[in-house]
Amino acid sequence: MYKIVHKKCLNPTVTQMEIEAPLVARKAKPGQFIILRVDEEGERIPLTIAGADAVNGTVKIIFQVVGGTTEKLSHKEEGQFIQDFVGPLGMPTHTDGIRKVCIIGGGVGCAIALPVAEEFHRLGAEVTGIIGFRNKDLVILEEEFTACSDTLYKMTDDGSWGCHGNVTMPLKEMLEKGEKFDMIITIGPLIMMKFVVETARPFGIPVTVSMNPIMIDGTGMCGGCRLTLNRDGKRITQFACVDGPDFNGYEVDFDEAMSRGRMYANFERHAYEETCNLFSKS
Amino acid sequence: MAINPKKHEMPTQAPEVRAHNFDEVALGYSYETAVAEARRCLNCKNKPCVAGCPVNIQIPDFISRLKEGDVEGAYQILSKSTSLPAVCGRVCPQETQCESKCTIGIKFEPVGIGRLERFAADWHNEHNTAPVAVPESNGHKAAIVGSGPSGLTCAGDLAKKGYDVTVFEALHTAGGVLVYGIPEFRLPKAIVAKEVETLKALGVKVETNVVIGKTLTVDELFEMGFEAVFIGSGAGLPNFMGIPGESLKGVYSANEFLTRSNLMKAYRDDPDTPIMKGGRVAVVGGGNVAMDAARTALRLGAEKVYIVYRRSMEELPARREEVEHAEEEGIDFLLLSDPVEILGYSNPNDPRDPKNGFVTGMRCIKMELGEPDERGRRRPVPVPGSEFELDVDTVVISIGTSPNPLIKNTTAGLAVNAKGGIIVNEDGLTSHDSVYAGGDAVTGAATVISAMGAGKTAAHAIDRYLSGK
Repeated sequence: MYKIVHKKCLNPTVTQMEIEAPLVARKAKPGQFIILRVDEEGERIPLTIAGADAVNGTVKIIFQVVGGTTEKLSHKEEGQFIQDFVGPLGMPTHTDGIRKVCIIGGGVGCAIALPVAEEFHRLGAEVTGIIGFRNKDLVILEEEFTACSDTLYKMTDDGSWGCHGNVTMPLKEMLEKGEKFDMIITIGPLIMMKFVVETARPFGIPVTVSMNPIMIDGTGMCGGCRLTLNRDGKRITQFACVDGPDFNGYEVDFDEAMSRGRMYANFERHAYEETCNLFSKS
Repeated sequence: MAINPKKHEMPTQAPEVRAHNFDEVALGYSYETAVAEARRCLNCKNKPCVAGCPVNIQIPDFISRLKEGDVEGAYQILSKSTSLPAVCGRVCPQETQCESKCTIGIKFEPVGIGRLERFAADWHNEHNTAPVAVPESNGHKAAIVGSGPSGLTCAGDLAKKGYDVTVFEALHTAGGVLVYGIPEFRLPKAIVAKEVETLKALGVKVETNVVIGKTLTVDELFEMGFEAVFIGSGAGLPNFMGIPGESLKGVYSANEFLTRSNLMKAYRDDPDTPIMKGGRVAVVGGGNVAMDAARTALRLGAEKVYIVYRRSMEELPARREEVEHAEEEGIDFLLLSDPVEILGYSNPNDPRDPKNGFVTGMRCIKMELGEPDERGRRRPVPVPGSEFELDVDTVVISIGTSPNPLIKNTTAGLAVNAKGGIIVNEDGLTSHDSVYAGGDAVTGAATVISAMGAGKTAAHAIDRYLSGK
């Protein structure tokens, strides 16, 4: 059992928790993820690590309520326990030789983009941040991004906070002005990452995307997290849990990944409603 | 007394009943049947059956006890050689091992050794109340990576010799393939849990949610004071065929399909973990895992289940009993057939159509058997122009696995072969000092009992090494 030592609501649907997991905390690096189960009957879900404190032995996770399991997790309180918590899984984000980086987070993806941005900042790289949300009520981690970015662009779809528009707009402007990044790293909804790749493509700047597919074991056993990469004219299968979760954005077949991500959409909706009913009854 | 030419039949749930539930298919011998079956054993001097057992169970000895009605005595003899008798009695391919060497088997059906082993183990688990005697500690510490059949065997053998043993398991439940892979109807999870409890009573510690290669490395295990490490991390990433359509929704690896149903309990009525239930299912492959997947699909409510295998029934590698059970339950074997493409739905007028990207069928080609390959099995060759379409909405791919890269990538000095399997010598020792390995992590996908044999060999070698220190 793993104790929830701190809980904080970042916005109406996004929650931050610090979980006591000393072995995971000691090893966790930006870009890696954990798998958790809320209770004995629960499903295993992957969540990217939003931060780790090796001294206190805690791991930070930030999640949005999207289905039954995240709904159940959001009802757990400080001092309570979750059943299982395993990690750190996947490969850390590659940082070697990158001196100038653009980090683009969308929605709850900003929670995962933040430790990556902080790591580059700590390593002395020049960090340009672009964070985007649907509207001002959903904004998270503004202060933290301000602290680790040399330049920060803030975007909302409806213009209620920061600039009006999506994250590709400031990226495109910078690239057109001749800005050169060693790497663009983007974390967020698949459709956003796909458009970041398309925006960067004409300028030939490398793009790393962070994939978060459906997963069970997370250790390279089930193959559920497979995705297709287009590499050297061939289509190859890789596994987000052991080969990723970071991938070369130019290689990823996003349309396929989006389709696979919706495999259990009906089930998820049902599970979410059931769980909500459960909590509203009690 | 004339010998009964036939094994006493194993009582089973009727096929039409069991095809709709997840309860165990084979119900086990009664005491009377077990004693009568034990009496078929000739107690041969040269014990050919023992030579056929990867863990060297003293088969005629345990059967002699059964003949006398001393079931606990039979269990004690079993437990000297195997830490998992209730498991072996259920899932070992006895027809190619012990029973294939049985003297009676030359003229008649061999003694039902597996069924007797299962009987003795189940009887012990049900009746025995004596606490397990905890061996005196010898002060040495050993770490076991993975709690599948090889790891549990190695752990049990070392614990019995007084070692302080800790098993590290990546998943949330101990048992490895015995809990995530083999279905409830063939190996009830309560039996695996009971075997694990017995090991814990011997003093074995089990740490779940620890991924060696990630949470801790092999080198860190030595820093923590372990003097020897056994790697039994099991099968790795599932293989796919490399044909178009394998990423469509409704295509599973057998590992994923079985893990969802078994470990994550998706077979229950209102599970937290989803799985596609019902419909028409094709399982590609002919091993035990394919049989398990096909029979699981049926029990999940499929209206039609095919096994699609590219060779003929003669080459099909699954255990005979599983094939017979599958056939009785109504699984359709499409032999000499090879998939060439999985077909999916696509609405050109509506990219948001919820049916887009789901499987609608599988195109296959008929095969014929050509010249034998390097392993002596006749190679299947496609018959030109023989393509046909199978109307299915779920495809489960069960064509083997490739070793997991996590430990290899984080352990300097651990040599692996071209396929990624860990290289070991006849003692199970790897190229890394004090690190032993066995099971699927070494051999690629194989049987529970061969993994147990490897765990046993390594336990012997670790004992020799550490007791000489």
